[in-house]
Amino acid sequence: MAGRADGVARMSETHTPQSFWRRYVFSTDHKTIGKQYLITSFVMAVFGVSWSILIRLQLAWPDASWPLLGRLLPGLYEGGVLLPEYYLSLVTMHGTIMIFFVISFALLSGFGNFIIPLHIGARDMAYPLLNMLSYWTIVPACLLMLGSFLVEGGAAAGGWTAYPPLSALPEALPGSGLGQTLWLLAMALFIVSFTMGSLNFVTTILNLRTRGMTMLRLPLAIWTLFIASILGILAFPALTAAAIMLLLDRHGGTSFFLPEGLVLGGQLLSNEGGTPLLFQHLFWFLGHPEVYVLVLPAVGIAFDVVATFGRRPPFGYRTSVGSLIVIAVLSMIVWGHHMFTSGMNPYLAEYFSIATVAITIPFAVLGMNLIASLWRAQIRLSTAMLFALAIIAAIGIGGLGGLWLGTATADMYLHDSYFVVGHFHFMIGMVTGFGVFAATYYWFPKMFGRHMNEALGKLHFWLTVAPVFFAFTAMHYLGLGGSLRRLYDPTAYDYALPVQWLNVLVSVALFIAVVGQLIFLFNFFWSLLRGRRATENPWEGATLEWTAASPAPHLNWAELPVVHRGPYEYRVDGAPDGYQLQTAPRAVAAEPRGAAEAPTAPAP
Amino acid sequence: MERNRQTMEIVALIFLFLGITLFTIVGFVAVDWLPVAASGHAAGVDGVIRYLLLTTGAILLIGTLALVAFLWRYGRGRPTGSPQIRQKTARWVSLVPVVGMALIAEAGVMLKGLPVWDEVYGEVPEDALVVELTGKQFEWIVRYRGRDGTFGRIDPALIDDRANPAGLAPEDPSARDDLVYRGRLHLPVGRTVHLRLRARDVLHSFTVPAFRVKQDVVPGIVTGTTFVPTLEGSYEIACAELCGMGHYRMGGTVVVQSEEEYEGWLAEQTGWLE
Amino acid sequence: MAGSAHDVRGIANLGARRPAPYPAGIAAVLVTVGMLFAAFTAALLVRRTGTDWKPVALPPIVWVNTVILLVSSGAVELARAAVRRGDSRRCAGWLAVAGLLGVAFLAGQVVAWRLLALRGVFLPNNPHAAFFYVLSAVHAAHLLGGLAALGWTLRRAARGAHTAAHHAGLTHAAIYWHFVGGVWVFLMIVLSTL
Repeated sequence: MAGRADGVARMSETHTPQSFWRRYVFSTDHKTIGKQYLITSFVMAVFGVSWSILIRLQLAWPDASWPLLGRLLPGLYEGGVLLPEYYLSLVTMHGTIMIFFVISFALLSGFGNFIIPLHIGARDMAYPLLNMLSYWTIVPACLLMLGSFLVEGGAAAGGWTAYPPLSALPEALPGSGLGQTLWLLAMALFIVSFTMGSLNFVTTILNLRTRGMTMLRLPLAIWTLFIASILGILAFPALTAAAIMLLLDRHGGTSFFLPEGLVLGGQLLSNEGGTPLLFQHLFWFLGHPEVYVLVLPAVGIAFDVVATFGRRPPFGYRTSVGSLIVIAVLSMIVWGHHMFTSGMNPYLAEYFSIATVAITIPFAVLGMNLIASLWRAQIRLSTAMLFALAIIAAIGIGGLGGLWLGTATADMYLHDSYFVVGHFHFMIGMVTGFGVFAATYYWFPKMFGRHMNEALGKLHFWLTVAPVFFAFTAMHYLGLGGSLRRLYDPTAYDYALPVQWLNVLVSVALFIAVVGQLIFLFNFFWSLLRGRRATENPWEGATLEWTAASPAPHLNWAELPVVHRGPYEYRVDGAPDGYQLQTAPRAVAAEPRGAAEAPTAPAP
Repeated sequence: MERNRQTMEIVALIFLFLGITLFTIVGFVAVDWLPVAASGHAAGVDGVIRYLLLTTGAILLIGTLALVAFLWRYGRGRPTGSPQIRQKTARWVSLVPVVGMALIAEAGVMLKGLPVWDEVYGEVPEDALVVELTGKQFEWIVRYRGRDGTFGRIDPALIDDRANPAGLAPEDPSARDDLVYRGRLHLPVGRTVHLRLRARDVLHSFTVPAFRVKQDVVPGIVTGTTFVPTLEGSYEIACAELCGMGHYRMGGTVVVQSEEEYEGWLAEQTGWLE
Repeated sequence: MAGSAHDVRGIANLGARRPAPYPAGIAAVLVTVGMLFAAFTAALLVRRTGTDWKPVALPPIVWVNTVILLVSSGAVELARAAVRRGDSRRCAGWLAVAGLLGVAFLAGQVVAWRLLALRGVFLPNNPHAAFFYVLSAVHAAHLLGGLAALGWTLRRAARGAHTAAHHAGLTHAAIYWHFVGGVWVFLMIVLSTL
């Protein structure tokens, strides 16, 4: 045994790739790939957030003209005024980029890659080469997405949902020309890459756990990534099929989604027999699970961070795992709640409504478990902990808002209004964004061997959290007032004029939040070079990654750790520092039963 | 020193979380955001919204109070008892959100929501006034059945934006008296209206916020929505599904008149092809 | 030499509970590929209610192709039987036969497309044919992946790397190959009866 460990240590040293290219660019090391994804997501976020600034300027002051922007972005602005077709491009691309190329990259591909092998005691992913391929597949996808702004007609403008016929007919919208084709190709590459990643995650978690690491000793962050990957594997193929058929409708002359009798620009089109609703079903069969693919890992990260900085195990580990599984199953059969008003059968809509609101049940269990995880805690307020607490607050409002939209009758009024925009920014903007921040502050020492600056981190927290809570809550009010989404000019309808002042406040609040993100980026890159050096286990965490050096070396450990206990043994009797690493061997007689939720009786 | 700073931060966090929740709840309750309710089922929709506001507001408040109480009690470094609990306890406690949420959520959908849903999507009464709306980029073409009480044949090939926006077939006698308008809909108050909704190019969505009505219009199929206007006046139609560059200005007007005024207006109209 | 992908993989597995290739990996691949064809099938079921749905008679050669593909699955099984007896050479031989049959299947599919096109049936003018073209093309893409896997196992078999006790790579390639064959039979049933 020892002999082999030495061998590995030696190999780890001699086999660390030496050339710059193999080490930092075409690396198969899960940690490097995770960092590549994370930094790529930051780059894409700079674009996605910049576009949202232009959108918010337009929504707050639709009559104003911006000569400076006109000079900087001559393609988008004419005489300092944003053109309506480019407004729609910005909305479409902001949504696409933030969902798939920022949150998905950062949370799933970025932190998923980084933490899974370190948490389960593996040297790397199951398929390292596939992992590298997965990263290098998204690089052209990013370039295609960004480059599509430069082609004739501009970037795709049919919404991130790309509903045909609008997205199928270049005559219907300038952005439905070459821009939409590039969008579809980039999405296809993204799906290929994401599928490779999910295959890797699932296989690694199932087959590469170290000795003693049973499924019920996995930290909740890993459970959520596992469930999310399974959902990705099940759901993404539907979008692949839809994208192939949409491409053929655009370029092959087929009529999968195009019915007869279409008249555009005075011309009768020759299509026949297709059904636009088919695309919506396929899209949301992916689209709804995709939401949980993004949200669940953030919830898992919140559980782990709250456990570490609350110095106690999460409340109800097993009920949380059960809830996650129930959520996963339900998420596959409720996609129709995005289509209550789409013209589908109203009785089918009733089923979808009943099934959808059932999802709030396991989510309520998760929410209660998160809050109860603070009961009898010994809270240490690091920046990571602050963001984890903000996740709890955001899930409250976001999740409960989901109940409104899942109730078909209320959705009849709220659908496609700013209520929806506010709701999904709570769930896949705030919850997931806070998840990325909590994870970054928490695992930065393990990634780079240094700490991020806590003072700047807390400034970032306050500048982010207060404004975004205000802004996205206010969007709910806008929606109640009837303000519709994707409107180039929100003052076009008189009935929505009384709530227009909210749009101004929302924009100002979000601009403040953007300043906060600049502080984060500065802190990230500055700490990379100058941050305080980190020890192996700076937060006194109990999970496996804290037994590896900081930064974690190539192949992670000299000898693979062996797991003897659950992931959250904080404040257990007889532990030397008040907590036990998962690798701490059990005294033979002391505790006969070993479960994640230490079944020790409460002190009398 | 360190402990004092953390106490201050905890107080700030408590203010933040309480502030968010109170802002949210007060914001929802104190201001009446909803536009005027001018249809029969609007009260039902608003009732569902009120029900959701009450229940989810209460849950949010309870959750937030628990959160800030724990922050205050366990955030200032004071000693506490053991946090370990039995698995069985966690399972029993989780029954509280399971049962509570199941009752609140499903009761909302089934008892409050579905009856209103059926009002809109249930059987259309025989005597309902049927009007057809066709969405096109970027206006609503309105068609009434005319004196003969039947919609005439239309043919997409005959559509001419100026001369024949609905594409009425002149050789069909029942098409000759069909009334056609652009973006303007007259309805009598108190009578059930069923709108036949069609689209000609891309998806649109017919919505009149005052009626709490929203229904996508889809090329290739005929969708519909049913409501009773209850308040005279004129209301805005909007398009709620992204349909292209001019989506933001694809509006229209519904004029709701008394039965006599409506009949008077109707008597003055002549068919588009007449 | 230092740090080639293969070495990292070898080290990565040291101390792992199971050696590569991993059973969960192949299961996940089958699930995701299966979902893709399920999505297309669902789309076909919806689309065939369209007003313009006219089934076209598929060129009879697709049935010959189907038989070829089934026979190739048989050849893969013979290869597995050979390796279980420890006969690497025969295993490689049967894998080569299976691969060639796979190539023959693809060639036959191309012929089927040409025959349909000669009849004047293209993508745009018949939705049923459009599904045939799309499904057979997507299936062919997945079959190419299977051919790559067979080629890889063939190389290992030829080097004698598969033993009677350790040939999980071959087993997984075989599972995938049978699965892709099964998908084709399913597609043939769907395309010829609906």
